[in-house]
Amino acid sequence: MKLPDFEYAAPATSAEVVQLLAGRRGEAKVISGGQSLLPTMAFRLAQPALLIDLRNLQGLDHITIESSGVRLGARTRWRDIEDDARLRAAHPLLVEAVSHVAHYQVRNRGTVGGSLAHADPASELPCVAVTCDAELKLLGPRGERRVKAAEFFRGPLTTALADDEIILELSLPPWPCDRRWAFSEFARRRGDFALAGVAVCYDLDERERACNVHIGVLGACHYPRRLRRAERALEGRPVDLETARSAGVAASEEVDPIGDFHAGADYRKALVGTLLERALLKSNAQSIENCF
Amino acid sequence: MLKALKIVFELNGNTVEADVLPRLTLADCIRHHFMQTGTHVGCEHGVCGACTVIVNGDAVRSCLMLAVQAGGARVTTVEGLTPPEGLSPLQASFRRHHALQCGFCTPGFLTTAHALLTREPDADKERIRHVLSGNLCRCTGYINIVEAVYEARSAYAAKPPMNATAERP
Repeated sequence: MKLPDFEYAAPATSAEVVQLLAGRRGEAKVISGGQSLLPTMAFRLAQPALLIDLRNLQGLDHITIESSGVRLGARTRWRDIEDDARLRAAHPLLVEAVSHVAHYQVRNRGTVGGSLAHADPASELPCVAVTCDAELKLLGPRGERRVKAAEFFRGPLTTALADDEIILELSLPPWPCDRRWAFSEFARRRGDFALAGVAVCYDLDERERACNVHIGVLGACHYPRRLRRAERALEGRPVDLETARSAGVAASEEVDPIGDFHAGADYRKALVGTLLERALLKSNAQSIENCF
Repeated sequence: MLKALKIVFELNGNTVEADVLPRLTLADCIRHHFMQTGTHVGCEHGVCGACTVIVNGDAVRSCLMLAVQAGGARVTTVEGLTPPEGLSPLQASFRRHHALQCGFCTPGFLTTAHALLTREPDADKERIRHVLSGNLCRCTGYINIVEAVYEARSAYAAKPPMNATAERP
């Protein structure tokens, strides 16, 4: 369908964006790539009176890699993440997960900030953010604030972002060289929305047992979250066929997916278990070649 | 009453300008303001890929980009990929491989494949399939399209990125 009518502004600073948002409380939306927002407007799921475009802003498209971790500006595109060879060592889980985001043309315009703000339960970046204890930097009329990813996502397409706030940056904690990881999702066609997916990372202690286990789920959930029972099933144990299976069973019991046209709830529960088991077995074989 | 905004951008090598409402997509702008109807509008919500155009070298869905967002950009459509006489090597390869039947999706496949091969002339079949997965074709079954794009690689590898738009008057 054609888009509904709206006004359009493209200010040059983030302060002006916030000012415009505050002036039109709840009636304005920020647009950057527009790859999630414009379809929701075509379907009339959103009908903002004003779109505020970030295209004239300087910055916010940075990929910064430091000892304190990886920081992604809100306007960073999927394509930029794919093209940045440094990230393959600095955050392999991020790179692997982002490789599943959408199709070629969408990847050329879709952004980090847009995905986080849209908060589709099936999207990859929110899942990685929650799994890795990332933080979001937001800007509002009263200045900047930081929110943990686990507290940012509240439900399908629902976040802690206020009507008058914008996302500036996502910060991922540092990634140790010898960390183990895997990402696994299932979609009917690569690039489509996943029916379910899991992100996994953990470290190994001196006896090669998993510790600091982080397991996140996407798709088969109302919002991305960590699977604590599955994490506990693995913590302190070696990652082998037996423990991968028991973690998979725990994950399967822990998720509460809704069934829809594409797959029933029971199928999605079983899928989460299978994906986690496979991800854990794959995580044993993956390592970074040139550590950042 | 909403105000129309003036935009200026480069379309297939020509500088163009238009007064557009913010709600106008780049796809409709190209078709209705500039009568370049090679860009086809299928689903209008970013699923089918028929409206793919090349913006500053990147393949994008022109139904998911506002015309006002194209200000200052370099936009190439299927018309811009077509030489004044005959067919481009990519188009000729599509013809040779029967990579189209009804032709509705073809402009989107051509622009997508052109953007891909310009940047990655050594793309293998798996990469080609992966990239083309964002375009729907209900006639061919895709195999002939993949073959056509694969064979056209030599035209891109042999010389620097083709710029057919410069040849258009």
